[in-house]
Amino acid sequence: MITIDNLHKSFGRQPVLSGVTLSFDRPGIYAILGPNGSGKTTLIKSILGMAIPDKGQILFQGKDIRGQWHYRRQIDYLPQIARFPDNLRVSELLAMIEDIREEKPQAMGRLIELFGLQPYLDKRLGNLSGGTRQKVNLVQAFMYDSPVIILDEPTNGLDPVALIRLKGLLHEEKEKGKLLLATTHIMNFVEEMADEVVFLLEGHIHFKGSLDSLKRQYNETSLERAIARILQGEPGFSANGHIKQAVRLAVRR
Amino acid sequence: MLKILKYSFFDLMRSRWAYIYTAFFLLLTVSLLWLSGDIAKVVASLMNVILVLAPLIATMFGVMYYYNSREFTELLLSQPIRRRHIFFGQYLGLALSLSLSLLLGVGLPFVVYGVWGSAEVWDFMMLLVVGVFLSFIFSALSFFIALRNENRIKGFGLAILVWLFFAVIYDGLFLLALSLFSDYPLENFAIGASLFNPIDLSRVLILLKLDISALMGYTGAVIQKFLGTALGMAVSMAALSVWVLLPAWGIQHVAKHKDF
Repeated sequence: MITIDNLHKSFGRQPVLSGVTLSFDRPGIYAILGPNGSGKTTLIKSILGMAIPDKGQILFQGKDIRGQWHYRRQIDYLPQIARFPDNLRVSELLAMIEDIREEKPQAMGRLIELFGLQPYLDKRLGNLSGGTRQKVNLVQAFMYDSPVIILDEPTNGLDPVALIRLKGLLHEEKEKGKLLLATTHIMNFVEEMADEVVFLLEGHIHFKGSLDSLKRQYNETSLERAIARILQGEPGFSANGHIKQAVRLAVRR
Repeated sequence: MLKILKYSFFDLMRSRWAYIYTAFFLLLTVSLLWLSGDIAKVVASLMNVILVLAPLIATMFGVMYYYNSREFTELLLSQPIRRRHIFFGQYLGLALSLSLSLLLGVGLPFVVYGVWGSAEVWDFMMLLVVGVFLSFIFSALSFFIALRNENRIKGFGLAILVWLFFAVIYDGLFLLALSLFSDYPLENFAIGASLFNPIDLSRVLILLKLDISALMGYTGAVIQKFLGTALGMAVSMAALSVWVLLPAWGIQHVAKHKDF
């Protein structure tokens, strides 16, 4: 569905993505991981056309997205920070998005109920708490039936009940055969939800594959420790890793 | 674009600052009308306030609005809509809400006072037109500056500096140049120089309309003498329109290439 080919992006002199090649072609939940500043958000924003790549291209369902905007009809997006116009009411915000997309939201009523937002519909967004705003954000992101959903830190500021609802929601969307991309720092969430993991480090893809293969490659039982190994720059134990190490040793000699 | 405009406009019209801005003009206009009673004099006094205040408020609102809605703009950017439409929608929503505050605050008291029957109705209209022009120009300038600067403090400082330049510094430099080169014919220079300052232009426009030569100053007098009242007003109007279009073009140009 999404193919990224040799993507380069720098802000000023600071390279953020340097040669990312990646494709998401099967439906499922993909967790995009990496330390702060590793380029996760920039990667997502490039797919959405918010950041303009310096080099390389992104194909969405086979078509180059550069300068396009129609393809975004097929993507739902949950921004990292839930901040909306202070003086609009919740219902007006949702109506605004409906207005822009020119499409009736299929699941809005159900989602409002799911996150218990009925009492807030007539409240101004500026008066809501951070957690409630994040729930509004979730409704906004899931109310359409788009084939791709992109989530930037979806668990931000949610209470445990809302978190469980969110996980249920993600499962449902996955069952429908959608592609979900999520950045997060919460490893429990990844272990519970993700089918595949993409690990970004300093603008490069360090690992892409299933959770099991990541753990196997680093010979660890938990995801957290496997990731700690990547960050400490230790080579993996896969066949590939052994060859690399052998080559390195050979060169040194 | 109209969709974004509609919601930005609602958002801004409901903000506390819009109420304060409207109330300030209401109070000022009512008290001036009540104290003086001469519409031409009230228009001249209001002119001096609007020429300084409308650009200042538009500048501050423009910068604040852009930075405050930064995160929401990102959500809008992820929607199936052109970038240009997002930013023009936001800018026009801002400029229109500022204009409406001004029109209500200044207009209502005049209408209640009975300006429609009087001879000075066009002076009053000119005041409103200039106020609206200044709101559009300075909110576009500040929106453009905010778009160019990720750093909020820098953006805010720069925008205020631009206002200060046109409202105060420009006139000082202009007078300095006039006195330094007073041995030379300066008429063309004076006309040209006032075209480059929207606040000066606005002042000239109103004074031409009011026909108060004592207040007209050097540029006003020169424009009246060389271009005549009608042509002078037409040229000033055209220049003000360019002052709106130029930063608006800048907004769309910067928005097109910007990373969010």
